[in-house]
Amino acid sequence: MLHVVNKSPFEKNCLESCVRLSQAGSCILLIEDGVYGALFNGEASEEIQTCLKDRKVCVLGEDLQARGIESDRIMSGVEVIDYAGFVRLAVEHPKVQSWL
Amino acid sequence: MSEELQSGIVKKFLYINRRAPHGTNYAQEGLEVALIGAAFDQDVAMAYLDDGVFQLKSGQDTKAIGTKNFSATYRALGDYDVKLVYVERESLERRGLSEDDLMPLVYEDEDDDWEEKPLIHVVSAGEMQKIISESDVLLNF
Amino acid sequence: MKFAILVNEGPYTHQASDSAFHFTQAALEQGHQVIRVFFYHDGVNNGTRLTTPPQDDRHVTNRWSELAEKHDLDLVVCVAAAQRRGVVDEDEQKRNSKDANNIADGFRISGLGQLIEAGIQADRLVTFGD
Repeated sequence: MLHVVNKSPFEKNCLESCVRLSQAGSCILLIEDGVYGALFNGEASEEIQTCLKDRKVCVLGEDLQARGIESDRIMSGVEVIDYAGFVRLAVEHPKVQSWL
Repeated sequence: MSEELQSGIVKKFLYINRRAPHGTNYAQEGLEVALIGAAFDQDVAMAYLDDGVFQLKSGQDTKAIGTKNFSATYRALGDYDVKLVYVERESLERRGLSEDDLMPLVYEDEDDDWEEKPLIHVVSAGEMQKIISESDVLLNF
Repeated sequence: MKFAILVNEGPYTHQASDSAFHFTQAALEQGHQVIRVFFYHDGVNNGTRLTTPPQDDRHVTNRWSELAEKHDLDLVVCVAAAQRRGVVDEDEQKRNSKDANNIADGFRISGLGQLIEAGIQADRLVTFGD
């Protein structure tokens, strides 16, 4: 399953709930303000680290760029993708869950 | 009914409710979708987690804030053939709530002499994980 | 592959409609079908033709209208949510005796059943909201 998180983990609990309720083998994609969850020195990094053990974590490059987050600020193991990649992930996974 | 609806496709719809009622109207409009969706002969289940569990709190009364008290509508879920309402235990506990604080929702089981049965199933995070992953269409409100 | 898109927020306050637009465009570019874009909650506000954003900003509604024309997209605004928020087409104008309508090109107003139907027909339903 593809899980999409669009909220900053510093403001809302969407990422936390997504981590709690997503299964091993699933993919978590951070978009919009969700991209702040991928900051390597941020509070959410521990949560993302846990996910990376058995889940794929991606972040939308267009949203990173808009926010001035350079790729060297992103945790290692998190893959930067573009909108075309977002579509490919949605095709690859039979369901898409948006943690609004 | 359009031809697609006669195609006989039955999918598992899961309505995931993660927001508190009244402060925003996502809960009210989300409930409207679930009730309309029930007419489509699909497998429909509701999931309440995070602040969504507040939607099912008993004793809601909006008279003093002048908004529509849609909480009574939850009682109709059973009449609309929704037989499964899942509430995540961890979300309840983190908010100091238990199942006793929730509205008693029931449905009449046509396969069991129309006996009234409880709609609400309090489940663990692990069970909720499985319920989400086994659904076909996820709608979030 | 058949996609259905759900947009739950209006333009300019939230990024949801922009994200949905870029996703839809990317899906079409890859040769996928987008069978319906459904606008719900404040998302119905994407469907009014009366918005006038500053010239140096994107025109969210026109952008949807143009994409719809190019790819024959079905842009559906939920009637119940639209009635609450004052998004009106000619039929709704007559039915509710309003003095105007404001639906944008390429959008149509219909029931919530269209969302459920899209969920049944599509291989993937992707939701954008707040």
